[in-house]
Amino acid sequence: MSVQIEVQLIAVVIAAACAIPGVFLVLRRMAMMSDAISHTVLFGIVIGFFITQDLGSPWLFVGAVLTGVLTVSLVELLNRTQLVKQDAAIGLVFPVLFSLAVILISTFAGNIHLDTDAVIMGELAYAPFDRVVWFGVDMGPRALVVGIALVLLNLAFVTLLYKELKLATFDAGLAAAAGFVPGLLHYALMGLVSVTAVGAFDAVGSILVVALMIAPPSAAYLLTDRLPRMIGLSVLIGAGSGIAGYWLARWLDVSIAGSMATMSGVFFALVLLFAPERGLVAQARRRRTLAHARVQT
Amino acid sequence: MFDLIHTLLSSYTIRTVALGAAVLGVLSGTLGCYAVLRRQALLGDALSHAALPGIALAFLFTGLRELSVLLLGATVAGWAAALVMMLVVNHTRLKEDTVLGMVLSVFFGFGLVLLSFAQKQPTAAQAGLDAFLFGQAASIVERDVLTMAVIAAVALGLMVLFWKEWKLLSFDPQYGNTLGLPMRWLDIGLTSLIVVAIAIGLQMVGVVLMSAMLVAPAVAARQWTDRLGLMVVLAGGFGALSGVIGAVISSLARGLSTGPVIVLTVSLFVVASLVFAPNRGLLWKWWRHQRNRERLQGAVQRGELVLGVPALDETGS
Repeated sequence: MSVQIEVQLIAVVIAAACAIPGVFLVLRRMAMMSDAISHTVLFGIVIGFFITQDLGSPWLFVGAVLTGVLTVSLVELLNRTQLVKQDAAIGLVFPVLFSLAVILISTFAGNIHLDTDAVIMGELAYAPFDRVVWFGVDMGPRALVVGIALVLLNLAFVTLLYKELKLATFDAGLAAAAGFVPGLLHYALMGLVSVTAVGAFDAVGSILVVALMIAPPSAAYLLTDRLPRMIGLSVLIGAGSGIAGYWLARWLDVSIAGSMATMSGVFFALVLLFAPERGLVAQARRRRTLAHARVQT
Repeated sequence: MFDLIHTLLSSYTIRTVALGAAVLGVLSGTLGCYAVLRRQALLGDALSHAALPGIALAFLFTGLRELSVLLLGATVAGWAAALVMMLVVNHTRLKEDTVLGMVLSVFFGFGLVLLSFAQKQPTAAQAGLDAFLFGQAASIVERDVLTMAVIAAVALGLMVLFWKEWKLLSFDPQYGNTLGLPMRWLDIGLTSLIVVAIAIGLQMVGVVLMSAMLVAPAVAARQWTDRLGLMVVLAGGFGALSGVIGAVISSLARGLSTGPVIVLTVSLFVVASLVFAPNRGLLWKWWRHQRNRERLQGAVQRGELVLGVPALDETGS
């Protein structure tokens, strides 16, 4: 496989992996929590790195997931004191953990690969050169392997817990009454978001993960009322943003991750304008027809 | 000790940075009160990320790394982001936080595209644009502080001028509407001030951490008082104080970036306020709870109160 195709494959796989949990973030109004988590996983990665001294270690995932859960717990703890509203709590928690991470990196990790630019921007262009070799066989770029694993994990989570997720998302009260433990599901979903954020982090950086998690599902939400279709459309739009972003970046010779986020925004804008039922154009046309009908009667 | 203070005060860089941080702290603290009270705490986060493409565009068009030019770019981009958010929230079924998250990340991504484009330009002056990501307080010069101070003074003047109107906007916008006040324009005006405050904070603490400068002082101040006037003054004070403390601490050790240290300092103010503030604070609540329990038990022991019938009032009074 050529490097070009590999980069695009990684982009597509990562975008798809982000879109799946993103659907539930959008539906459950937790988009900003994912923003907070994507910032704070950095803290987990830094701590994990100090313990293992190895950036490829699977313990970084563990650290990051724990930080994700820690973020959610801290927000809820603050919220439960009834002294701070939820949005302010999110706005308080993630800057603290992010600041700690930045200070740790700049004081103790000056010379290692973990520099802050890579954290923000990702290094998709170099991803194909970091390869996974099992028993002497080249399995492909690490980011691709990680991405495929993430897609499988997220798909498995959503399929296995489909009924529970659906009910907890659309009718939390009924889900609780049916004994589904919505709290547990909430934390599981947040854990999944953290894992995905860490996995995607190497390729696209910490903040653009949010774009890939939120923008494609938002676009899909304006196109359909059915959950399975929304998941499918989100994955498609995410993958499209990946490929279009890659070519935009190549054409202008700019950051690939940034272009992917930009293209996901462009796709959302197109859907916002031209969605058959809920698009702005369709809304305007409907208003005009109504006004017209009123004049005639 | 006096030696230390003397060195700090005589060092040009530290003095400039501390002054700048103080100005920023006052402005973001006071404006943040409105954002927190109106439950728009995360608006600052979104707008500060969204300012990045504006900074990059301003640089690309003018080739200048002048603070005022970049501020203008950041402000315009912030406005654009706020307008997009209003448009999407008003015309679709997407929820506000979803739209915040999307605008934040997409604008930021676009900003990174422009930034990586700007970095290839032959005009080598681009060095330092990166600083807007995490802030680079050390690069602040006296002129920057002067620009910040003038802007902050104008903003504070506007806050005094529109005190009543913005108070009404924060607590009872419907009533304002019935009075015939242009609440929409007041909203836009207040948001614009927040955008400006964010823009001048970017160089100090950076895009990612700017939201804390808006939210934290206001949350801390909220614990001490129920009056808006006092809250605004306290928040400005907390903001300025943590700016100065953070700037000084970060100058004491190598590798401590100013922005994160300021954010951690202001967060300590929040924790202290949550725990120790009279009436609302956790310690106070715990003590009141204990006292009530003792009183209740005393009353039961003395036979003034019979437990079980009827159900007891939790407050015990």
